[in-house]
Amino acid sequence: MNVDARYGIDDAPVFVIDQSRCIGCEACVQACMECGTHRGQSLIHLERIDRAATTQTAPMVCMHCEDPTCAQVCPADAIKQTEGGIVQSALKPRCIGCSNCVLACPFGVPKYMAEIDQMMKCDMCTDRTSEGLKPMCASVCPSEALWYGTIDEFRENRTGSLLRDFMFGRQEVRTKVYTVVDELAAGPIDVMRGQAASWLDDPFALESGGT
Amino acid sequence: MARPPLTDAELIDRYGPHLNQAPPGGWNAGIEFDRVVDTHCCFCGQQCGIKLKVHDNEVVGFEPWYDFPFNEGKLCPKGVKRYLQGSHPDRVVYPMERDETAPGGFRRVSWDHALDRVVSEIRRIQDAYGPDSFAMLSGVSLTNEKSYLIGKFARLALHTANLDYNGRYCMVSAGAGNKKALGIDRASNPWSDIPLADVVWTAGTNIAETFPITTSYIWKARDRGARLIVQDPRVVPHARTADLFLPVRPGTDSALFGAVLHELIRHDWLDHDFIDAHTNDFDQAAAAVADMAPAWAADITGVPRARIEQAAEWWGTSATGMLLHARGIEQQSKGVDNVLGAINLGLATGKFGKPGCGVTTITGQGNGQGGREHGHKCDQLPGNRDITNPEHRAHVASVWGCDVDEIPGKGIPALEIIEAIHAGEIKGLLSICFNPLVSSPDSNFTREALDRLEFYSVIDFFVSESGHHADVILPGSLHEEDEGTSTSGEGRIIKINAAVEPPGEARRDWEILVDLADRLGSGHYFPYTDTHQIFEELRLASAGGTADYRGATWERIEAEHGLFWPIPEEGHPGTPRLYEGGRFYHPDGRAKFHAVPYRLPGEVVDADYPVWLTTGRVVSQYLSGTQTRRIAALVAQYPEPLCEMHPQLAERVGVADGDLVTVTSRRGTITLPAHVVATIRPDTVFIPYHWPGDKAANQLTQRVVDPTSKMPEFKVSAVRVEPAGGRVTTTDVRDFDLQGGAT
Repeated sequence: MNVDARYGIDDAPVFVIDQSRCIGCEACVQACMECGTHRGQSLIHLERIDRAATTQTAPMVCMHCEDPTCAQVCPADAIKQTEGGIVQSALKPRCIGCSNCVLACPFGVPKYMAEIDQMMKCDMCTDRTSEGLKPMCASVCPSEALWYGTIDEFRENRTGSLLRDFMFGRQEVRTKVYTVVDELAAGPIDVMRGQAASWLDDPFALESGGT
Repeated sequence: MARPPLTDAELIDRYGPHLNQAPPGGWNAGIEFDRVVDTHCCFCGQQCGIKLKVHDNEVVGFEPWYDFPFNEGKLCPKGVKRYLQGSHPDRVVYPMERDETAPGGFRRVSWDHALDRVVSEIRRIQDAYGPDSFAMLSGVSLTNEKSYLIGKFARLALHTANLDYNGRYCMVSAGAGNKKALGIDRASNPWSDIPLADVVWTAGTNIAETFPITTSYIWKARDRGARLIVQDPRVVPHARTADLFLPVRPGTDSALFGAVLHELIRHDWLDHDFIDAHTNDFDQAAAAVADMAPAWAADITGVPRARIEQAAEWWGTSATGMLLHARGIEQQSKGVDNVLGAINLGLATGKFGKPGCGVTTITGQGNGQGGREHGHKCDQLPGNRDITNPEHRAHVASVWGCDVDEIPGKGIPALEIIEAIHAGEIKGLLSICFNPLVSSPDSNFTREALDRLEFYSVIDFFVSESGHHADVILPGSLHEEDEGTSTSGEGRIIKINAAVEPPGEARRDWEILVDLADRLGSGHYFPYTDTHQIFEELRLASAGGTADYRGATWERIEAEHGLFWPIPEEGHPGTPRLYEGGRFYHPDGRAKFHAVPYRLPGEVVDADYPVWLTTGRVVSQYLSGTQTRRIAALVAQYPEPLCEMHPQLAERVGVADGDLVTVTSRRGTITLPAHVVATIRPDTVFIPYHWPGDKAANQLTQRVVDPTSKMPEFKVSAVRVEPAGGRVTTTDVRDFDLQGGAT
């Protein structure tokens, strides 16, 4: 079974999300169901940002926070981390289905499954990653928006900076999963500056009468 | 008699599509498997490597095949869920014969009865109306071995000239353009060249939804700093990050390419050495675009003049570049013109035969490349030979061991076969792997045609909508039930391995054809006991042709993760990149420019039909949906067709997102929800075509074809859009309330 194992413990592979690469195909949603322990349940989120305006979509796996908010707010102590830092679904015998975690997660990841009265969430395919295999979503993702490998492999093949520190108000969150942003060396992003003019402002040149 | 025995609703109730929800045993059974089979996806021309998990002669799941170099484990949603077509409740597992009195409209019969009936009807019809009155339609989801076999079967067992295939609706414009300009019909490059391009230009190809894996190659080019140009009437998903978007009006692509060539010449962004050394007829192409200035093209195409000029500058001044095109520019009555216009841009700037340089089609169907090479087409013999060429006929006759006169002449292409059936000239039809009722243009006409057949037999694994019209249904095999090769869109010959045996009484397609040939008295030409023997014969038959497989062996194909043809002798490394050293495949070794004057599409908008319609695909469905409309998770992703339209058009029509609209053309009408999005030209609507009956986009499309390739104009029609009253509560397709399915 391990013939395809690619990563040993020493390789320290990481999970990377680059939302800008997502093409919305839902291969990740379909593949998540196929992970041995997910049993037909897809635990990944794929958001359409504003389909009326754009085809932009965004996949969201669990970010696997070092000090997970979901576990902090769980009154039943049902959410555990593995030694490798993977935040798991609520333990069935403990979960009381209160949805505190669903409300508290800064990334909106946990899902309350009413039919089984239990919170389930992305576990980074623990059954696969523990054997050195890539998670299902990052295996199939046709655009490599979801990616799994070593930091060296990333730097060799990809552009952008890896980010895993977030501020939510005054709450600092460090995640195991990385997000890709523009080159951090270029300095902070000035959101008030506005974007350079782009064809995206007027794809069909309607403002100028089509010419 | 080829009318359906029961109503559509009754036939669907019996034969589906029903929805397969879960693997054999259900999700909670835990997935046990005995073995894993390395093979490829059964769907598009990317032919991604995949490992199928098998338990007790059932495919129970998949595992990514990380070591297959093309996709390295990547799959689209169709590839992920493909395994659910096996062990499906709709599967045809015994031969059936039309019987209005039987439950379900068909009665179970023995193989002997079914095959004898087919043979007696072939004989009766051919005796009464001549050999060409019985036609065959095939498809390129089939392996090379089966495609080759069908070409030989139609000519030497059916004795008909009238064999054609569903690639007629997919790849033929690219094939014809490639042959005219370059002397060979194959992708110009392996996909590993895409990341080496400084400019990637996609023309009429919705890569994210129809060739999802190709996205990763384009993103790799972007990581290297490549510019991306996207030419499309819609801001398709991969366009979102493009550097330049060319929002071309449907049916005007050749004007855009002409204007770009005009600009390349005006600024002298030309590779004169390449043009002089390796091409002919540049002056003729140049003369044809002398008046095609960007301002002129802007009026015709709707692409702003500055963007046309920018595209020309980037293409003309970049050291490397690849132009990738697909059905958007090819499924037009000017499909070949459009392809030739694109190739002109590559030849003018010397972008052929070098790393990161090429102009190439992205082949659509699974074996769309290999299936169009070995005698599957009405005018073709193996090795991409010409059925009208005496030398080509003599070579193939020597391999087949037949008299050259036994090989019929050129037949008529797929749509003309449908039209000849409608006109009563063709009376009998055998089809395999083709669902013309959904995939042919003008589906009301297609239905009338099928109703008029005196006899119709299909070889298929599910009863498709066309199968409803059949007199005899012969249960064939799925992709994972037979062994052979296919040739991916890159021109890479790959190995398809059998994972399971056909269920019940279903048989491998080639066994059915060999049995039929025997009963037709031609068994001596078909002495095969396995598909490897067919491949060995294909190698000989293709030898010396442009699509030369002589040196390819199953062993090397498997060991080397595929071989790129031409591969003219054993030990030859294969030919991943064509045209290296500026060597093209015309007899003089040169490529040929073509003059491409602009002309109008087959139908243009007017006061009665003021809106352009273009059709295409969505990511979760494949072609006519015979397979993918039976898989619950794929259906859930996009259950029914929507009519994409811009908010400006919606306002003019007087509808909001989710309101039902009626779209009418001169051929037919369809009512469906409006999907109001700002990502489509305001003068154009888009409807995906995967559905049958009153949800069929092809009710609206026209039977106008390209004069050279005979490709129908699926991408351009004139329609009227009106409010239909009523609405759906959401156009977020994932929230649709699905009808429950089987299991």
